[in-house]
Amino acid sequence: MSFWNQALEIARVDLTVERRIGNTLRITLPFAVVALMVFPLALDLRLALVSTIGIGVFWALGILFGMQVALRQSATDTRERRDLQALLGVDPAARFVGRLLSGGVLMSGFLLIVLLAMVVLFDPDVPNGGWPVLTMSTFLVAIGLTELGTLAGEVTSGLSNRTVLASLIVAPLALPLIIGASQSVGALSRDTGILPWILLLIASDLALAVAGVALAQPLEEATR
Amino acid sequence: MRGLELVVEPGEAVGIAGPNGSGKTTLIRTAATLVSTNRGSLEVLGQIVGKRDLVSTRRAIGLIGHQPTLIPELTLVENLSHVARLAGVDIARVPRALEVVGLDEASDRRAEACSFGMKRRVEIAHLLLTRPQLLLLDEAASGLDESARDLIEALVGSVRRRGGGCIVVSHDRAQLTELCSRVASLADGRLDTAR
Repeated sequence: MSFWNQALEIARVDLTVERRIGNTLRITLPFAVVALMVFPLALDLRLALVSTIGIGVFWALGILFGMQVALRQSATDTRERRDLQALLGVDPAARFVGRLLSGGVLMSGFLLIVLLAMVVLFDPDVPNGGWPVLTMSTFLVAIGLTELGTLAGEVTSGLSNRTVLASLIVAPLALPLIIGASQSVGALSRDTGILPWILLLIASDLALAVAGVALAQPLEEATR
Repeated sequence: MRGLELVVEPGEAVGIAGPNGSGKTTLIRTAATLVSTNRGSLEVLGQIVGKRDLVSTRRAIGLIGHQPTLIPELTLVENLSHVARLAGVDIARVPRALEVVGLDEASDRRAEACSFGMKRRVEIAHLLLTRPQLLLLDEAASGLDESARDLIEALVGSVRRRGGGCIVVSHDRAQLTELCSRVASLADGRLDTAR
């Protein structure tokens, strides 16, 4: 089976499992939307201020809850299943790419729904030309977070406290994504260039993708 | 494990008996190339196992370990089809494999709703599909009924007839004697002479 067929098969099964468990849609997403709703109430914010902070709240909550979506695989992966895939000749890099595909679909869908909820609840002040930038940033953050979660899951595989450890790895490494995403839309309001921030997001995504593919094999052998 | 030397000839099944913690599972996982040794060498199917070309060597190995490897949220037929696709086996053979292990009626049941014995049968069906040259069984027959044990016996027989090798680990020495051409004992990481 070719590299891409392996990756697609892993992604297909991963999405089937997610559709049946429904962790992202039934648990994480409703909590994220509820958090969006209670945020202005908790801070007793007036409507005008709510519109101003809308995009910032989206990034904070989107990335916070998005980490849970990104780390969902590390909680369910077992040594036995990894052994089975190894004996079936599955390329560890294909597994990484497969998980990236399924995770990317889930994460993009998750962030886009949270973005939609934010638009409805906060009626945000978006500068001219801001929507395409916001959508592109959301997509780039979704890819980056998925890569981080998948990579952290691989690094902590086989450890008893892997879910906690994976979160500790993802949180600091997500900083470039948070900065790039929030500053790209902010740069439009300030009328400064957005290119450096979009490039930061693209560079982060590329670096994580290259690291994930290059480290997949050694990580698999080291964490067995 | 120390000073361990074990040779499994083509068509041979070697049984390994030993108490808990003696290193039986480590031995099986080492033979499966899933654990690397810090000394000595491992040769599987005529190839010295190194870091390179592990993929082709591993594809020729079939393992049934302590814990079932099925994905709980998938049905039995979906689990087996997934394995078949990854192994590059024609998925048209999946229904027949499930029939052979007596699970054709339960093929649409999710793995999480199946008993341990049923999950084991699916793993046997998987090995019937992939036809490994080296079969490794780690307490594979524990907790199984008579007919499932017969399936394992048939599986070992078919691998041996194809000229493959088997290593069977069990607490049950009587069962090993029945299945294997010779049985060795493992204690404190040392293997006595197989006889």
